[in-house]
Amino acid sequence: MHKRSLTCLLLAVALAAPLAAQAHKMWMVPSATNVSGADPWVTVDAAISNDLYFPDHHPASLDQLVITAPDGQTAKPQNASTGKYRSVFDVELAQQGTYKLALVNQGVFARYELDGQKKRWRGKAAELATAIPAGAKAVEVAAIDSRVETFVTNGKPNTTALKPAGKGLELVPVSGVTDLVEGEPATFQLLLDGKPAAGLTVSAIAGATRYRNAPEAMSAQTGADGRFTFTWPHPGMYWVNAATEDDRSEVKQASKRRLAYTATFEVLPE
Amino acid sequence: MRRLLLSTFALLLAAPLAAAELSVTVQLPEQPVAEYHRPYAAIWIERADHSVAAQLAAWYAQKSSKEGAGTKWLPDLRQWWRRGGRELSLPVDGVSGATRPAGQYRLDFADGKAPLGTLAPGDYVLVVEAAREVGGREVVRVPFTWPATATQHLDAHGSSELGAVALDINP
Repeated sequence: MHKRSLTCLLLAVALAAPLAAQAHKMWMVPSATNVSGADPWVTVDAAISNDLYFPDHHPASLDQLVITAPDGQTAKPQNASTGKYRSVFDVELAQQGTYKLALVNQGVFARYELDGQKKRWRGKAAELATAIPAGAKAVEVAAIDSRVETFVTNGKPNTTALKPAGKGLELVPVSGVTDLVEGEPATFQLLLDGKPAAGLTVSAIAGATRYRNAPEAMSAQTGADGRFTFTWPHPGMYWVNAATEDDRSEVKQASKRRLAYTATFEVLPE
Repeated sequence: MRRLLLSTFALLLAAPLAAAELSVTVQLPEQPVAEYHRPYAAIWIERADHSVAAQLAAWYAQKSSKEGAGTKWLPDLRQWWRRGGRELSLPVDGVSGATRPAGQYRLDFADGKAPLGTLAPGDYVLVVEAAREVGGREVVRVPFTWPATATQHLDAHGSSELGAVALDINP
């Protein structure tokens, strides 16, 4: 029963409308984004919720967690646990530079009819062939490709961990990812399969939503070069999200591909 | 005798003119609190584009103690850290040192000598930033032009974590 409701929830998240205004938000938020010292650590919360950044709904699964260290290698999380409303893990920042923390979710979602009943299935592309029973009709398959990221810099920032893989929707920094200050414009670039993602709508919502009445979502469009800029009105953690859809999935049975990119950035006071 | 006089005269003429001097006086105010930690503080000179022209001082707990946990809290000096603090490989001789208790401190620097070095002519800002554990953080800025044509005394004042800040330039 628990597994089925988890699947239903994940389906709901995966099918979320692009602006995510009606759907839950998935996020990771680190305890700090600029650290230094002899042995710096950060602890990270990962959850799916409505309010930012209050875990009030469902923990994020850490199965898909990828931590990229400043030298480009993968680092391991420590003390990971998944509770009722959030997952937590620690990162020991052994290197100087910028770490990228990412929850990478790639899968497929299928809808079909069997014996007059509408069915749904969600899982990995490799399992698709055996998951859909013979005799299924009106089969619709969509590929899901979503990244939820955040960044931590130990000492001086660098960009090695942020080099794009060239697949899906990815963010590349222009003015920095952990160097954000209230009142200063910050520019980023979105890439789709390695190429600038033009004409996407990007939204940014400041955390602490519980303590204000208006949602205060900001919106920006990516230019032809895939770039977008936000000028942060006040310090805090910001949830930044963009989503798009196309038909260029690598999964041959998939008729469409739904992509989403989410990042949490910390904006510090002047 | 005449040769001695001549050579002495020549030496006097050849002696270098005294280098311009820059003095910074910083007051760390008393804080009427039960839990008091000496503030972390940094002093630097910025150009108009916010790039760092000289790192003059960085006071932080040299090792973990009840006064602070060493380099761990340096990013709390937010502006200093971002503008150039994080580029430094600490400790730096003549720049970094231990945190200081409340009081008035005067630091003297000579043009052409580390850590002031040689400043190209132009407009600069002397910046002092202080952050105190379980306390506040403050930045005080004193703009000045270099080189000065006459002796200059410039005053500024913080309101919480910094007291009087003075800049004296002797050309």
